[in-house]
Formats: sequence, C-alpha cells, structure tokens
Amino acid sequence: MSDDASRPARPVQILLVEDNPADVRLTLEAFRENDVANALHVVNDGHEAIAFLRRQGPYKDAVRPDIVLLDLNLPKVNGHEVLAAIKTDEQLKHIPVLILTTSQAEEDIMRTYELQANCYIPKPVHLDDFVTLVKYIRYFWLSIVRLPQRGP
Amino acid sequence: MTTEDIGRPVEILLVEDNPGDVRLTKEALKESKVLNNLVVAEDGEEAIKVLRREGEYADAARPDIIFLDLNLPRKDGREVLAEIKQDAELRRIPVVILTTSKAEEDILRTYDLHANCYITKPIDMEQFIKVVKATENFWFTIVKLPPALTAAEDGA
Repeated sequence: MSDDASRPARPVQILLVEDNPADVRLTLEAFRENDVANALHVVNDGHEAIAFLRRQGPYKDAVRPDIVLLDLNLPKVNGHEVLAAIKTDEQLKHIPVLILTTSQAEEDIMRTYELQANCYIPKPVHLDDFVTLVKYIRYFWLSIVRLPQRGP
Repeated sequence: MTTEDIGRPVEILLVEDNPGDVRLTKEALKESKVLNNLVVAEDGEEAIKVLRREGEYADAARPDIIFLDLNLPRKDGREVLAEIKQDAELRRIPVVILTTSKAEEDILRTYDLHANCYITKPIDMEQFIKVVKATENFWFTIVKLPPALTAAEDGA
C-alpha cells in the first residue's frame, strides 16, 4: 500500500439514506466519476438504514459502510433517530455521518451536531449545484480525509 | 457557511505546537474566500484554557471550529478531544484532527471520541497548503457550522 495507508484496499463503501429518487440518481452519478474506487448503497428510509447498519433481515450480509450520507426528513424513522442510533452504538459510532438535507433550520443544525453528526451540509436547490456539491464531498472525504476502519 | 450567514469572521482555534505548521496554516487561511480569525494554542492545556475562558483567555471568542494536532506537549490531542466532546457546552464544535500520525489506531480512536474528521498532514509544503485549503473550503463554504451559542448558554 502506498503513502495513503488509511485508504482501504477495497472500494470505499458508502451508505446513502435518501428517499428522494432524483437526489439518489444525482448522487450516484456524482460518485460514479471516481478518482477513488467506491460502492454506493442506497436505502430509502430510516428503518431500512438501521437494518442495513445492524445487518438485520434482508441486510444480514450487508457490508459495513465507511461513511454514511444521511437525509433528515425520511419516512418511518427520521434522520435524527438514525444518527442517534449510529452514534450511541459502540460498533458503529466511529462511522462518519454526513447530514445532507434541504433543512436549514437552526434547530436541526444544532441538534445534529449535539448528536455528533460529523458535519451538516445543506442541499442546494438547483440540480447542477447539487452535483457539484456531491463531487466536492466525494473529493474531500475520499481523497483528503482518512476514514476509520474497524474490522468487518 | 459564508461570512454573510454569521455576519462576522469564522473563529478558528488551531492547537499546534510546530511553528512551521502554524505558519503554513496561517498562510493557507489568509487566502481563504471566507473571513476568518485564527487563535493559536501551543499545547493541550492552553487549548482547554481558551475553550473554558480561563485566566488570560477570559475574553476569548468561542471558536466555530477547532483544528487539533494529536501529539502535543502537556496535554495531548486525544485528551483535549475527549474533554471537548464530553462537555455539554463545547461538544457541538466541530473538531478537525490535523496530525502527522497515520496510525490506524489513532484514526479509529479519535473517530470513536467523535472527532468530526481526521486529516493527515502531508510533509511536502505545497501538499500541506493544498490540504489546509481543501479543509477550510469544505468546512467554511460547504458545511453549515453550528450556530453560535445563545447569550444564556454562553454565560453559563
């Protein structure tokens, strides 16, 4: 392995928790142009997200994500609850959780940082801006930042 | 976040004992599109004093973001991080680990302690500046930083 010892030999595993199909499609597109090999897994609500992370039911063979992109306003179980579940679980709390949401409410920002979200990113309204944003997120978190690794 | 959002410069606390790294970080931040104000603490004890506004730091601004080295004199970065993230008043402040350590154990342990992101400092000066610029761009223009504390909380 090269200088970048923290970069996994396998592709970086990303879990996208998003119920908006357009945002899912654009995120997939932005991650496909990969300077760093990555695999994007998509779940559409908070309940599925937790099942994926805990490898329950249909997700019993799910990979452990290296990073989570989490929307806040989700069906069934909302993003705040998913975030709290991750950050209070000894096996999961190291995983960086990036909040990616249309909400700009101060309360959401404050509350998610209190729950130890790794960062809060507001989604831009225009599609082109959204793709640019996701590409920058990909660049920063996959090429600049070192991601943690805990066994499989 | 842009300066328009908060109407004042972004307050940064840099905890770093290496004068060369302090100088390079200052240089990179000076070129930022976002107005910022950098306070430097040279060891972990000083960092905690700034954050708790003790002694000569009674009037210190509460930082919007902290850049924290790990290997520091007196109190090391891991302890500083743990203290910040266990403190109800401070824990929401994003802490960016900026260190020469590439040890997997440091990476995992600091994320477990709720570091917001972990960045290894390149040895090459140009690369170092590039990394600091990418970091400030991400945290100052892409991210929404937590809002400043209310007056009531701040006086607590």
